[in-house]
Amino acid sequence: MSLLNVFDVAGSGMSAQSIRLNTTASNLANAESVAPPGQPTYRSRHPVFAAELESAAGGLLPLSSDTAGKEGSNVQVLGIVESDKPFNIRYEPDHPYADESGYVAYPNVNAVEEMANMISASRSFQVNVEMMSTARTLAERLLQMGR
Amino acid sequence: MKISLDNALGIHPDALSLRSERTNLLARNIAQADTPGYKARDLDFEAILADKVGRQVPSVRIAGTDPRHVTEQSTGQGGYDIQYRIPLMPSLDGNTVDMQMEQAKFAENNTRLLASLRFVDGRFNSLRTAIRGE
Repeated sequence: MSLLNVFDVAGSGMSAQSIRLNTTASNLANAESVAPPGQPTYRSRHPVFAAELESAAGGLLPLSSDTAGKEGSNVQVLGIVESDKPFNIRYEPDHPYADESGYVAYPNVNAVEEMANMISASRSFQVNVEMMSTARTLAERLLQMGR
Repeated sequence: MKISLDNALGIHPDALSLRSERTNLLARNIAQADTPGYKARDLDFEAILADKVGRQVPSVRIAGTDPRHVTEQSTGQGGYDIQYRIPLMPSLDGNTVDMQMEQAKFAENNTRLLASLRFVDGRFNSLRTAIRGE
């Protein structure tokens, strides 16, 4: 029954969005984490989403004659990439981790970007939850058919 | 006199299964709203249903003049086409999901699914009444 596939799809969407929320939380929490000279400073992290291949998902749409469109149903997290943006360099000669000219490299986390990302992720999560509950209601009604 | 269940239920079971298929498709679109490069997909409900109940929709048919040509018959298994949506406002990452539109279509499709469900239910109730003869 294809209605039950909605649960899989929404579930994968929810897990992907929660990974996105996790990276956002990590970025915001580490926005001020400074590393001692010689050690890598924290870089902001972002997940990369992809659509799972239909064939890999066991052909979730048996009725479709569409084999050309390879985008599948489930949301897949391909990996987490670190940002290449330059670090935030601040002049803090008193800082214990300052280099010899008195500069400290702070992580390249953009708080505004992260907040926007967080809101977007939580909204997408909500939509997936909503979708799931709708599918549940419909499936329940379907089961009651003919009573 | 015999009662054919297929005739009694009419078009509604087909509509129901197609609607649930479409619910699934729209759910995918919504779930993939943040996936770069994902193309939103949908199916043409009216055309497919018309095809299913045997009415021919006026459309362009592919002529197969050679057995190796790909025609609609050779795609087999009563399949139908899932089409890509034409984006109103494509985004930079190649994603063509318009969240508001997809949600609206999802809601509409579910309402229509419930309507089909109610029709089937009604037919079942009529059948039951006929069987009981009360």
